[in-house]
Amino acid sequence: MTPFLIYAVIAVAIFTVGLRGLLVQPHLLRKVMALNLMGSSVFLLLVAIARRNADPAPDPVPHAMVLTGIVVAVSSTALALAVARRLYAATGRDHLPDVDDDA
Amino acid sequence: MEPDLLLDLVLALALFWVSWRVLAVPELFGAVVLFIVFGLLMALAFARLAAPDIALAEAAIGAGVTGALLLDAVGHLERRRRHDTDRLGDGR
Amino acid sequence: MHASVQIRAAATFLSGALGVVLIAAVLQLPRDAAGLTRLVDDELTRAGVTHAVTAVLLDFRAYDTFLEIGVLLLAALGSLAIRRTVDLRDIVPIAVPGPVLAVMTRVVVPIMVLTGGYLLWLGTHAPGGAFQAGAVIAAAAILALLAGRRSITALGPRAFPALLASGFITFQAVAWFLLIGGRRLLDYPPAIAGELIVVIELAVTVAVAVGLAGLFAAAHPRDDD
Repeated sequence: MTPFLIYAVIAVAIFTVGLRGLLVQPHLLRKVMALNLMGSSVFLLLVAIARRNADPAPDPVPHAMVLTGIVVAVSSTALALAVARRLYAATGRDHLPDVDDDA
Repeated sequence: MEPDLLLDLVLALALFWVSWRVLAVPELFGAVVLFIVFGLLMALAFARLAAPDIALAEAAIGAGVTGALLLDAVGHLERRRRHDTDRLGDGR
Repeated sequence: MHASVQIRAAATFLSGALGVVLIAAVLQLPRDAAGLTRLVDDELTRAGVTHAVTAVLLDFRAYDTFLEIGVLLLAALGSLAIRRTVDLRDIVPIAVPGPVLAVMTRVVVPIMVLTGGYLLWLGTHAPGGAFQAGAVIAAAAILALLAGRRSITALGPRAFPALLASGFITFQAVAWFLLIGGRRLLDYPPAIAGELIVVIELAVTVAVAVGLAGLFAAAHPRDDD
């Protein structure tokens, strides 16, 4: 067992939890958190892949990609939260309408 | 098992458990606090994987700024809901 | 308004199945692949900085960072569009009650801004750089907002958008400057690569700091919403 293996497998597990949460959680803030968990797990996988061989210096290219990814993730999270607040202010809903909701 | 590897294993399992709890706890506020804990643990994991640049960014952005945004949104929604409930006498 | 039992079961099954496939894929990754480490090391002497991650971010793959600053700008513009104004001065400071935060803010915020500057300088040769610097300064601005002070919300409807877009504009100016000079997009001449990277790093720091703090502030609706 190596650190790469441990973190890579856990990253996939967290991605799975996040995906299920995104699908079944009704509250929009939970969906945003689930999406962020999925994003973070992808970052963890990329950083683990950068460190998969015995080389003392990890691969800097995935590191740079993850750094840009973190900023993109927080930007989209902030925009999603602003949209969710506006939705609540306009309709009083904090979840997406169901198919059979008359919205 | 080497102590280093054991630390990685414990950290990884803690990450998984916290991510599970974020989506399982009934209280939204508790979920956000757990999400911030998740971000900090993630920063630790990045540090363990020899990525100090990302650990710094994750602690400041992933845990800090995202956590502040989520807490602010939860506080706003709850205040608004209380306000609406007072006015309309109805939970919606 | 919870998802029905069938939907929950289907979602659990689907994400679980995807998880199994992904784990199988991860286990099949070659364990001894060197990735791009060697390539970056070989090219590092041509970059303007000595820290490998900063070199990849702002030199080898600078277009990634360029477009990322664009995404940040777009997200901020989206939030402002939802708010239907670029003027943040009407936002009432949140002012979490109690003396602890107010006193702490007075001490911590200057230290955080200083830390941001230090991280920016550090980025050329050690872990650190524009993103971390911008994020720490943004966090300081958000902390000041929470302590009931005006930080980002003190900027007027001209200064705020100008600062918000400054990173993207500077990056683009450098790109055009190089294109007109006959080089490829963001392909720095080795002689001035270091200087160009410092200019871009400063711009990225301002963009990230103003962008993130602005996104936090712009999430607060106007009074009439």
